[in-house]
Amino acid sequence: MAITRTRNIDAPPGPPGGGGGRSRRPAGQGRLAALLLLPAGIVVFGIIVYPVLRTVLISFFNVDSAVATSTPFVGIRNYTDIVGNSDFWSTMGRTLYFTVVSTGFELLLGLGLALLMNAPLRARWLLRAIVVLPWALPTVVNGAMWRGVLNAQYGSLNALLTQLHLISDYRSWLGTPASALNMLVVADVWKTTPLVAFFLLTGLQSVPREIHESARVDGAGAVRTFWSITAPLLIPSVAVVLILRTIEAFKVFDLVYILTGGGPANGTQTIAYFTYVQAFSDQRFGYGSALADVIVVCILVLSAVYLRALRRNEMSLI
Amino acid sequence: MKLPVHNAPEDRMLPSRRVILIGGLAAGATALLSACSVTGASQQKGGSGSGSGVVNALFMQQAGYTTSDVTAMTAAFEKQNPNIKIKPVFVAYEALHDKIVTAAAAGTYDVVLIDVIWPAEFGNKSIVADLTSRYPADWQSSMLGGALITAEYDKKYFGVPWGVDTKFFYYNKALLAKAGVDPATLGTWSGVLDAARTLKKTGTVKYPLAWSWSQAEAIMCDYAQLVGAFGGTFLDASGKLALNQGGAVDALRWMRQTIVDGLTNPASTTFLEQDVEKTMNNAQAAMGINWTYYLGSSNTPANSKVVGQIGVLQTPAGPTGKRPGVNGSMALSVSAGSKNQDAAWKYVEWLTSEAQLDKYAKEALPIWKTSYTTPSVVQSSPETFAAAAKQLDDLIVRPQVVNYNGISKIIQVELQNALLGNKTAQAALDDAVKSAAPLMAG
Repeated sequence: MAITRTRNIDAPPGPPGGGGGRSRRPAGQGRLAALLLLPAGIVVFGIIVYPVLRTVLISFFNVDSAVATSTPFVGIRNYTDIVGNSDFWSTMGRTLYFTVVSTGFELLLGLGLALLMNAPLRARWLLRAIVVLPWALPTVVNGAMWRGVLNAQYGSLNALLTQLHLISDYRSWLGTPASALNMLVVADVWKTTPLVAFFLLTGLQSVPREIHESARVDGAGAVRTFWSITAPLLIPSVAVVLILRTIEAFKVFDLVYILTGGGPANGTQTIAYFTYVQAFSDQRFGYGSALADVIVVCILVLSAVYLRALRRNEMSLI
Repeated sequence: MKLPVHNAPEDRMLPSRRVILIGGLAAGATALLSACSVTGASQQKGGSGSGSGVVNALFMQQAGYTTSDVTAMTAAFEKQNPNIKIKPVFVAYEALHDKIVTAAAAGTYDVVLIDVIWPAEFGNKSIVADLTSRYPADWQSSMLGGALITAEYDKKYFGVPWGVDTKFFYYNKALLAKAGVDPATLGTWSGVLDAARTLKKTGTVKYPLAWSWSQAEAIMCDYAQLVGAFGGTFLDASGKLALNQGGAVDALRWMRQTIVDGLTNPASTTFLEQDVEKTMNNAQAAMGINWTYYLGSSNTPANSKVVGQIGVLQTPAGPTGKRPGVNGSMALSVSAGSKNQDAAWKYVEWLTSEAQLDKYAKEALPIWKTSYTTPSVVQSSPETFAAAAKQLDDLIVRPQVVNYNGISKIIQVELQNALLGNKTAQAALDDAVKSAAPLMAG
């Protein structure tokens, strides 16, 4: 703040209506900067700003076809319909469950993997290469693979568990809403834990070795060192991962589309999938747009809460 | 001393930026709103074209004609019409509807394959073109009556039927023989249940029946066939959804009971038709209903452990004595947004011609009456044609309404709620009718 004030006070008055300090810059430099920013500006406007504005606009109309020629203005009716729709609330509950449980497991398992990958093991490079494999798979392939693994008739999970005598009979893992939702979590955790692990590994590697050595000299054991040194210094990395994963998990779509199609009995229908079905399958584009806006607001709120918490704790690196 | 912050040149820029942004947004919004529609779509943007050039076509990769069948038909067409180049794309049935919808605004495809349940929606929403004026007059008499209605809505034809299909009853002869069950008893659903009980009791197969009861259109097809057998209807005389009455409720109750009794594989609630196909091909189920293509699949050694063991029958009769098959026909339509509709129509005419369909009668039944009396065609799959001769006379159609897709999704969920035991059949169907009412209205 102080720097700004000083600059403002010291700055000589510019010409009326002019750019003040800017006018002293070579004119060509500003044009070059604008030119260099133009491609990024076009991309950002074209694929983010314009679609968002268009979605907001459409959400106030009744659009019942992709090529509708008559689209009556309905004000906020699409939004009030959402609030009054019990399916929306049950879908939100399901999405919240998926987000919290999958992000929680990913953090827990990711931390364990990160500690393992950071340990002075002989084949550490091999471990790191293997760990990254699930993340390298496209989500659609991951979904198709788990669909095969979990198949009630010929899935490898049933074969494995029966051969290990953990279950006596083949089970239909995707056959009930609760079981199918948990299997969705498993598939997501399997794919995304490596990403979390690598984020946390980066955090672990940024902790100065000297602090660990000092703690050891002071007589701290491994557990005490972890909780008193490693964990607090890892919090910025955990925060970044938490934000990224929460937002991603909240938006989950492709895994649901491939693995369960939202079933059985809508038991795995998440908010993004619900939005897709409303907009594209049922051709309720106005309602679907309003739902998409609700998702954006939810994610903005989540991000704001996280960022605020981080700022308050002065632990943010972002 | 008050700092001259507000006079700073940088800050003086802020209001002007805001003005520019707001002005830009207002201009954009005005421009959009001043158009006919918020989608930016104007009235009919398709065109006849020159009758040549590129034709983009969207097909499904599932039951019916296979990818290689379509490729062969297309190659023959291109040979006959060297000035037309076809670019086919294949998607799973589950993705077909949404692909057609999302591509409509951009006019990506000239020819699209549509299901029998979509003409009302796509015709009403100007996604596919009205082809009535292109229909030759003799098609009314030369095409099977059941096929002709496939793409008809509001007395207009929005496509040309491409293969007649319905679900036949398939059974494993070897498993039935092992359990001592006479296939002659499979003419009714109660006979099928008796057979299933025997198959289970003798330990021949753990779950004798497999169905495609996943939360998808597949469950609607199986259910429709049973609704017909139990004397129910989708709509009442006034056109209102009537699934919560009579035979439609009995059918769902019957479905649930087969799971409770351990006769139906409980994983059926996750199965599509291809899962039923695999289960039967691995001899893990003795009986099931499926489309025409299944007999060919069961006799393909690469897919099947039951080559030569599968028999096909007309769908069994219910307590009312009725035994309609679900109308599962598909049709080829020309996109309303296609700028090359003449060339697209030529391609559609070729694909639906008697000469082409007769060649691939094993995959889907032909739409032309004379095919059924042509010995070479009938001989390509005599068992199927024998069953078809009876079943095609009586087909049950799912509701031909504009919002069918949304209504179907509501029913699918409630059917599954009943099958999983979350609700009684009556409660589930009451809820389905109640939830679907707004969509039925408009």
